[in-house]
Amino acid sequence: MGEDETARVEELARAAYGRLLAILAAKTGDIAAAEDALADAFVEALRRWPKAGAPDNPEGWLLTVARNRWRDRLKSAANRTAAPMEAADDVGLEEVDPEMIPDNRLMMMFVAAHPAIAAGVRTPLMLQTVLGLEADRIGSAFLVPKQTMAQRLVRAKAKIKAAAIPFRLPERSEMPERMAAVLEAIYGAYALDWAAGDDLTREAVFLADLTVELAPEEPEALGLAALLAFSEARRPGRDPEIYAPLADQDPKRWDQRRIARGEALLKRARAKGAMGRFQLEAAIQSAHCARRPGEAPDWRAIAMLYEGLFKIAPTIGAAVGRAAAFGEAFGPENGLAALDQIGLEAAKGFQPYWATRARLLAAAGAPSAEAFAKAISLTPDPAPRRWLEAQNERART
Amino acid sequence: MRYTMFFYENEVEHNDPTPEEMGEILAAYGAYIGALREAGVFVDTDWLQPTPSATVITLKDGAERVQDGPYADTKEQLGGYVVVDVPDLDAALAWARRCPAAQTGFIEIRPSAMPEEHQDRHG
Repeated sequence: MGEDETARVEELARAAYGRLLAILAAKTGDIAAAEDALADAFVEALRRWPKAGAPDNPEGWLLTVARNRWRDRLKSAANRTAAPMEAADDVGLEEVDPEMIPDNRLMMMFVAAHPAIAAGVRTPLMLQTVLGLEADRIGSAFLVPKQTMAQRLVRAKAKIKAAAIPFRLPERSEMPERMAAVLEAIYGAYALDWAAGDDLTREAVFLADLTVELAPEEPEALGLAALLAFSEARRPGRDPEIYAPLADQDPKRWDQRRIARGEALLKRARAKGAMGRFQLEAAIQSAHCARRPGEAPDWRAIAMLYEGLFKIAPTIGAAVGRAAAFGEAFGPENGLAALDQIGLEAAKGFQPYWATRARLLAAAGAPSAEAFAKAISLTPDPAPRRWLEAQNERART
Repeated sequence: MRYTMFFYENEVEHNDPTPEEMGEILAAYGAYIGALREAGVFVDTDWLQPTPSATVITLKDGAERVQDGPYADTKEQLGGYVVVDVPDLDAALAWARRCPAAQTGFIEIRPSAMPEEHQDRHG
């Protein structure tokens, strides 16, 4: 019984934490105080439930206890500072019915990814407030000492409270931009994969799926969820020790169920008729996933998708991806011509530029050793570095 | 080409780590130095005691003068360094970006002025 109940509280904590925190924080804008109140309620639950059994409506119970604890704290603070007592009644949670808890998590995501919050702390803040991740775990994923990460989070929450960043959904006109920031932050958690720190990919996938659930009409949210579904589908084909470019991986090892999910999400996104960065990236992944074992993907289609991506989001990453696809679809000379359109100032420290350049030069039969050496010098990760060294060796002979 | 990465950080913010934190710090730097060695770019490194342990000596004005404390009394202090042998600044930056010290302070990267034939590797 006791152990079961403890496990139940833990499970509930994971599932309900974000929902309850968003409710508590939305009214006052004070995330830190809401966290304290909610933590008190969970402690109380751990003390009571093992003996008395869990209540029928555990989330409602937790919300009520958190609300009461919060009020107690405000009262004692008011007594200490002789501040007006009205503050104590200003938690403003009375109208929330514990039987029908609304889902404010999307608002929490918009707050965490607000333009006034430093871009670097948006992802950590979202992981902590929506999923309840500890600063330790977030720090270890970002390869940042946990104290440093904790400080960043505390500062961000203080800023949200002091600047009164509102808990609300954006207006229609500001939605695309605000949604882009939320999706970027989620993608940030997924892209940490390379860091070899604590892996947060599952959390990122959860957040992307949750965004689709809470904002099912947003084409780019669907696009990001599709992109992550495709990317996760290829995980079983990946070996952390041996790097293999996408076109060399074995499609038989990919997860067909996830690919189907990606396709379904992408179809829903396309039906909205508003193309965007994540939808295009997902479409590129879809084209790669559609290839049969031993066959090349449809490089012409991929090249066109990169062309579209580069038009919408002319980043150096898109420009290099476009050049690589052009090289495959229309010959290495065309790929090199596309690479030459990138300014050298932007390219000089960008590893994918040099890796692509080296491969295209080798494919064209041109001297490639210098470009390979440059690419290798920019690759701190051992697996892709070994792969580049092998390619360099092959080009020489 | 040889580059030295100097790590500067605010000692007050980072004093007295708990044994657990110290373990984390050691593991992070251990992994980083391991990656540098594996890539064959590692030359040398050291990690310094905080500035209250520093002593400055000079004979610049003809007489020896010994002083307690660091040479420059600034908020950010030199806390350690890593020497790498990489082709150019871009590669040095690629490594500095991965360094744990970049997360907690500032890394100053400076190329060696020593003629190549006098640069002996002891990594």
